[in-house]
Amino acid sequence: MAKRFLSGNEAFAYGVRLARPQVISAYPITPQTIVVEKLSEFVEDGSLKAEFIHVESEHSALSCAMGAASVGARAFTATSSQGLLYMAECLPYAAGGRFPIVMMNANRSTALPWNIYGDQRDSVSQLDSGWIQAYAENAQEALDIALMSFYIAEHRKVSTPFMANLDGFVLTHTYEVADVPSQEQADEFLPPLQTENKMSLAAPKNLAFSAGPDSNTIFKYKEHLGILNAKSIIQEAEIRFEQIFGRHYTGLTESYQTEDADYILITLGSIAGLVREVVDQMRAGGKKVGLLRLRYLRPFPNEEIAAAVKNAKALAVLEKDISFGSEGTVYTNVNSALQKAALSIPNSNYIGGLGGKNISAEEIESIFYELTKQRSTVQFLGIGGEGSGN
Amino acid sequence: MTEILWHGRGGQGAFTAARLLGEAFSVKDNSYALAFPSFGPERRGAPIRAFTKLDDKPIGNRSEITKADYSIFLDDTLFSEQSLFELKEGGKVLLNTKKKFDNPRIIALDGNSIAQRLLGLPITNTIFLGVLAGVSEIVSIDEISLAITQSMPQRLREKNIAVVRAAYEEVRK
Repeated sequence: MAKRFLSGNEAFAYGVRLARPQVISAYPITPQTIVVEKLSEFVEDGSLKAEFIHVESEHSALSCAMGAASVGARAFTATSSQGLLYMAECLPYAAGGRFPIVMMNANRSTALPWNIYGDQRDSVSQLDSGWIQAYAENAQEALDIALMSFYIAEHRKVSTPFMANLDGFVLTHTYEVADVPSQEQADEFLPPLQTENKMSLAAPKNLAFSAGPDSNTIFKYKEHLGILNAKSIIQEAEIRFEQIFGRHYTGLTESYQTEDADYILITLGSIAGLVREVVDQMRAGGKKVGLLRLRYLRPFPNEEIAAAVKNAKALAVLEKDISFGSEGTVYTNVNSALQKAALSIPNSNYIGGLGGKNISAEEIESIFYELTKQRSTVQFLGIGGEGSGN
Repeated sequence: MTEILWHGRGGQGAFTAARLLGEAFSVKDNSYALAFPSFGPERRGAPIRAFTKLDDKPIGNRSEITKADYSIFLDDTLFSEQSLFELKEGGKVLLNTKKKFDNPRIIALDGNSIAQRLLGLPITNTIFLGVLAGVSEIVSIDEISLAITQSMPQRLREKNIAVVRAAYEEVRK
């Protein structure tokens, strides 16, 4: 291992290099650009032996990755925001074809108004596309997810593409300490891709075919099972990862001070670091508060959420996303988890950080204080509840 | 947590210095740093800010610094008396200027002269790493030199380590 001072994008690129992808197809977009620039440098200097394919659009980037995956190659691509939306046609295509492509998405706002800064509306809008979705908190986790993502996506029981999300700028462009494992350790963790789901002269088969009304449901059902299987394979990957690299991860969620907490804030991505600090400060003042970080949105951690929050008096979901005319989509999903577990806990939705807007420690503290009123509302940070202003 | 706020113009290397400081500080065990610029389009000559946060535990707050222990100005046209409001109590401004100041909260140094003499360019970002090492216990010259060796291009290393030392000696006088 080597301690390095890296941005989130650079750390992710190091993680991808350790995974030895054979094909990288990419189209640059802020704030993703650096990850593919770094990988192109690795290919140029010979430290990564991969085909680096410059394509003319994001639609082609993912199509190209599918082509590579369809002959059994390990494929990587990366995008952000409008680029992800331009890929949207190809996302369910890759998932339905069961091509275990890994993609990094730098979370960025979607137009209009035009905005290059971070929020999570891009990836959250694609939750139904059939991809695994992970959200990193810091550069180290980004690097580690990069390496683990291939293991999980390619596992025979999963065979599902993997989208690793990093908050634009606050994570992709912030430098911090990260350990970069050795290639020997990475090779021990991740063997070369072996798959039967490929075009091969030795074992010819039909791939990426049509399926009419009679057989379509079974394919979609199996696709669903594949992504559900990822739950146990994520655990398996993290256990192996800890054995080799010594770093511990906690599956679909990460709980912090939730065990005896009256009030729990549920969130995802890099803002969790600040929430953890606020929890520490409020705990020092005797307030029983906690944090539940969602590390994965697909597969969705229904049971994990219910188990972590079952004794809480009230919950907040803070997300950088809004499904217009409804509420934050993460909030909808969390409420479904509570309902399935027959938990009736007052909960509120806080929409924040849109278009890169800073979320302050004071705002997080005030969310916890508002929770003591145990109401259920949807609030926009810095504006207020629905109906505030006009 | 120690917080350093960097002010410069695009092209003066404020963010590079912010990053080198974070790297230098985190050489030690149990040392953590975040370094980032004010995000957005980059333009040569436009005012930019950069941020370095240093602590002995992981840093979760990725927000911009509003009150700094040290606020460093690589360009004195960006400095005004208002800038002192960005300081914590006991915080100091490190200012690249030919002017003299009476205020004990302002440490002024003519970094451009050192830069012209040793680099042949008016680039003072690494000079102010040396100034910071000279006026505080935050990082040592050796740690800064290591960071420069690790992450600056080979052709820039020797000269930049030389200006760091020169600036350090100058403020230690």
